[in-house]
Amino acid sequence: MEHLLELRNLSIDLPRGKRQSPVKLVEGVDLTVRKKQNFGVVGESGCGKSITCSAIMGLLSYPLTVGAGSSIRFLKENGEELEITSLSPAELRKLRGKDISMIFQEPMTALDPMYTIEEQINETLRFHTSLSKPEMHEAALAMLKKVKIPRPEQILKDYPHHLSGGMLQRVMIAIALINNPRLLIADEPTTALDVTIQAQILDLMNELRESYDTSVIMITHDLGVIAETCEEVAVFYAGQVVEQASVEEIFRAAAHPYTAGLLKSVTSLGGEEKMLYTIQGAVPTAGNFGQGCRFADRCEYCESRCRESAPALTEISPGHLCRCWLHAPGKEAAQ
Amino acid sequence: MKNYILRRILQVVPVLIGISILIFAVMKMIPGDVISGILGVEATPELRAQLAAKYGLDRPYLVQYLDWIGGVLHGDFGESIRTSAPILPEILSRFKVTAELTILAAFISWIIAIPLGVLAAVKRNTLADRFVRVFALLGVSVPNFALSILLILVLSLAFSYFPPLGYVGFLEDPLRNLQIMILPAAILGVTISGSVMRMTRSSVLEVLRQDFIKTVRAKGASERVAIFRHALRNALIPIITLIGMQIGSLLGGAVIVEQIFSLPGLGQMTLTGINQRDYPVVQGCVLFIAFIYVLVNLLTDLLYAYIDPRISYD
Repeated sequence: MEHLLELRNLSIDLPRGKRQSPVKLVEGVDLTVRKKQNFGVVGESGCGKSITCSAIMGLLSYPLTVGAGSSIRFLKENGEELEITSLSPAELRKLRGKDISMIFQEPMTALDPMYTIEEQINETLRFHTSLSKPEMHEAALAMLKKVKIPRPEQILKDYPHHLSGGMLQRVMIAIALINNPRLLIADEPTTALDVTIQAQILDLMNELRESYDTSVIMITHDLGVIAETCEEVAVFYAGQVVEQASVEEIFRAAAHPYTAGLLKSVTSLGGEEKMLYTIQGAVPTAGNFGQGCRFADRCEYCESRCRESAPALTEISPGHLCRCWLHAPGKEAAQ
Repeated sequence: MKNYILRRILQVVPVLIGISILIFAVMKMIPGDVISGILGVEATPELRAQLAAKYGLDRPYLVQYLDWIGGVLHGDFGESIRTSAPILPEILSRFKVTAELTILAAFISWIIAIPLGVLAAVKRNTLADRFVRVFALLGVSVPNFALSILLILVLSLAFSYFPPLGYVGFLEDPLRNLQIMILPAAILGVTISGSVMRMTRSSVLEVLRQDFIKTVRAKGASERVAIFRHALRNALIPIITLIGMQIGSLLGGAVIVEQIFSLPGLGQMTLTGINQRDYPVVQGCVLFIAFIYVLVNLLTDLLYAYIDPRISYD
């Protein structure tokens, strides 16, 4: 295995009691994250991007489970390959916070209000290292300096409610990176912050990933964030990957009508004033996807076969995957 | 912090004044009086007046009240009309019994309720959770006198065990004291553990849903650390509020259980006082109970600040 992380045929089930089959919230997701890559995952609320990443950490919240036949493989630093879906809870704990760490959307609620910043940073160190207390203090201090927190000595003694959202997100990044993880999952790290702080946090993340050998999975619904931070991007729609390509390719030649719609609905300053583009309709709810393409009802290019059978994710040009009949092989030949 | 404590203690004063007026008025308003209690209803008016004059009950109510409250302010709660015994020493010696009963009952309830409540929250919707919920429902809904009688019956009929009668202080004979206390304490403990269990379950469940628990797990914490170090500590505030109120009311005397197990506690003293219309005894007991209740509430509030760094009384 040469890549850092490989998801194969990942599905996530929401059980519906004993008699009914579970609802598949995420289905057939294949993703590959390379070493030191910045991988973007984009999609609207409820498309399954966040739970996919929780599954990578083995942290799906009750009652969600990883579906049968799913595979999440992770390459450790020592070359050992792990199948995350079959790890024991103890093995998963060794991985979390050490090899894979995560930062969340809401920094204000992501830290325990009862403990000081230092105690919460130290916890991560204590779970994975055997540093002494003074060593932990030094490490925490150095890490806060790296995430550019002013007055780090004081901040270590503070409680989360003393700090602003932007500061707390810096603390979260410090906690996530302190054990030098191989993979950082950032679940909408800037969504809850105001715009100027967003830019600072993204700059900081870009800067840090230069100095750490960490791959980043950036989950977001903001294409601007993707453009600024990522190399490769996967577009999620209704629990599936509908398009995947390099960031340049996506912005230059989006192939899936959904991706194209997303790009058209981005606002821009400058240029003439016009109504903002919107994608018509609403996302179908999980469990009601039908047999055809899941985007069919909202698609401008929908034709009869789109409703009859679901297209597969196919490579339409080197490194560019798309799940759409418009780009299905043999399409040009037929015309 | 010091200022806060001082301010809170000063706030106790108007509360106690209010309670003293209320209890004085109530004792005068309820039917029946101590004179007919002592002399019987057939007594001649002359005899009644003589006795009333002896206890100062013929004076205007305001004078009686001021006389009583003036004594209380000097630490003199007066004497029982029935036994002529000074009231405050009696209250204090009985409070020892009630306090021991309360402490034992509280410990028993925590040992049962908090671990089971956490277990139910963590294993929600499983058999364990259902068992805990049924147990909690029983604890909340079975009155403690029913449980007392049931337990005495079961123990005596099935195991020929009778709890020893005749109270002995802990310092005199610890073993015998515990033998006497354990049954009533366990009954009170089980009764109050029902609501503590429910509160623990719902409060922990609430916290487990919060983002920071996911962060803790994402850092590689064991379930034990996530649940006890983080979830339970965050869940403690409502649990402590409930426990504070329970301890406050138990310290006021568990009247029924004290009566069934003939423990010479504060509840029993108050009850006897009411039955005999022994005004100074009831007034003294109620005032003392109110003071203890307010004190326990203050301690609860101080405990909040100790547990939750966001709460500060500066």
